[in-house]
Amino acid sequence: MSSEPTPEHRSDTALRVNGKPHTLRLDHRRVLLDVLREDLGLTGAKKGCDHGQCGACTVLVDGRRVNSCLLLAVSLDGCDVTTVEGLTDGDDDLHPLQQAFLDRDAFQCGYCTPGQICSAVGVLAEAEAGHPSHVTDPAAPSGRPVPLDAAEIRERLSGNLCRCGAYPHIVEAVEDVI
Amino acid sequence: MKPFGYVRAGTVEEAVEALAAHPGARCLGGGTNLVDLMKLGVEHPDVLVDVSRLPLDTVEELPDGSVRVGATVRNSDLAAHPLVRDRYPALSQALLAGASGQLRNAATTGGNLLQRTRCPHFQDLSKPCNKRAPGSGCGAREGTHRDHAVLGHSEHCIATHPSDMAVALAALDAHVELYGDEGARDVPADRFHRLPGDHPERDTGIRPGELITGVVLPPTTASLPSAYRKARDRASYAFALASVAAVLETADDGTVTHVGLAFGALAHKPWRAERAETALHGAPATPDSFARAVDLELEAARPLRDNGYKVPLARNLAVDVLTRLAPPARRPRHLTEDS
Repeated sequence: MSSEPTPEHRSDTALRVNGKPHTLRLDHRRVLLDVLREDLGLTGAKKGCDHGQCGACTVLVDGRRVNSCLLLAVSLDGCDVTTVEGLTDGDDDLHPLQQAFLDRDAFQCGYCTPGQICSAVGVLAEAEAGHPSHVTDPAAPSGRPVPLDAAEIRERLSGNLCRCGAYPHIVEAVEDVI
Repeated sequence: MKPFGYVRAGTVEEAVEALAAHPGARCLGGGTNLVDLMKLGVEHPDVLVDVSRLPLDTVEELPDGSVRVGATVRNSDLAAHPLVRDRYPALSQALLAGASGQLRNAATTGGNLLQRTRCPHFQDLSKPCNKRAPGSGCGAREGTHRDHAVLGHSEHCIATHPSDMAVALAALDAHVELYGDEGARDVPADRFHRLPGDHPERDTGIRPGELITGVVLPPTTASLPSAYRKARDRASYAFALASVAAVLETADDGTVTHVGLAFGALAHKPWRAERAETALHGAPATPDSFARAVDLELEAARPLRDNGYKVPLARNLAVDVLTRLAPPARRPRHLTEDS
């Protein structure tokens, strides 16, 4: 960082992360991704491009998937954040999507995987809530759950890049939990 | 990134007061473009006024049949809203053609309108750019400009406006609501953004200290056939090379009674095709009339060294979108099956 922040450049920020409350005094410049990784030790969310183009940093804020690299942490005061670490139910019980990614071998290097999984959690909720996508038939009725076929999954996950090219298995893993 | 102050506005009045108190302030909506530009050093506000939690997060029908969209409604929620999907399909389709699911969940209606160009010269501090540093020159004119403007550009700037949403708003005759020191005003969506001229640093006609409070979609285009189509380098998650939003109403005899046509990615603003619209009023809703009208519009195109492809691309997109919106009996045979 180019210069030291003065008091007016910092604020107390309350975040609930994976169910655990935290109050942090944060430089306004800090984005959620860096706070998760550097202050809270949650290194699941990854820094890929740091410009909202790759999706490796995807987490859920108040249940919605977002790019944590573009969110100023101070603006999230009072929000509920879920990272890939918070998807498990206890240490052993993986989230069905995590298990499906293992079963389908839906990764090679694994760097994009936490973002893919958090994004997929968001996709399932959005489709259930009736959110259409670019490939949904415009004539489909509003407000009804949208069935997720392979084309829907590919479109809805297009904000998550996988440089290893594990896309076919990622689509299969998501199909497994529909 | 330079340190900055942060003010969270609880009301529109608080936001406008904070903007007046801090002339170097910027409004923070979803931050999907602004935070990125701050990381790049293109934007360096003294203060961010966070307007993302203003109580402007609803889509509602007004007594006159208009639909009012609050400025903080997220792009994903707007695209999914039944009033938008059912009455203004071009708007829903435009939103869904833009960005990714994650970005649409964060991006706001107001912020979408105020996003900056993705011209690589604008985003790179080592390059000249009249939009970022007035008077420094335009590096794109003789540099990388495959994605740049073919209509309405100036010697000072050839950037395009990147929004998909704004193109649909222009075609749908929407209005943008603004609030500032001098009270409220509204501006037709197709006049909200401006051409670069001698001042490419100004993307819009918004006044210093003014805030976008919402967008109003009129009853006149509600439930008319409308659509948005976008050509891009990959099937998803890319900015437009050219795009078209169109609204079309025809009479029983197959003539055009209302048409709204706007192009995206061709100019510094969503390009309302007024010449084409005028030519189409009362004309038969046929591919031939659409082609003639669109050709008339695109006579004004002045492509650069590497972006001449945009003219036939935009033409074909527009003719196709209009043809699909025309009543089936008027479609040529090859477009009647699964098209």
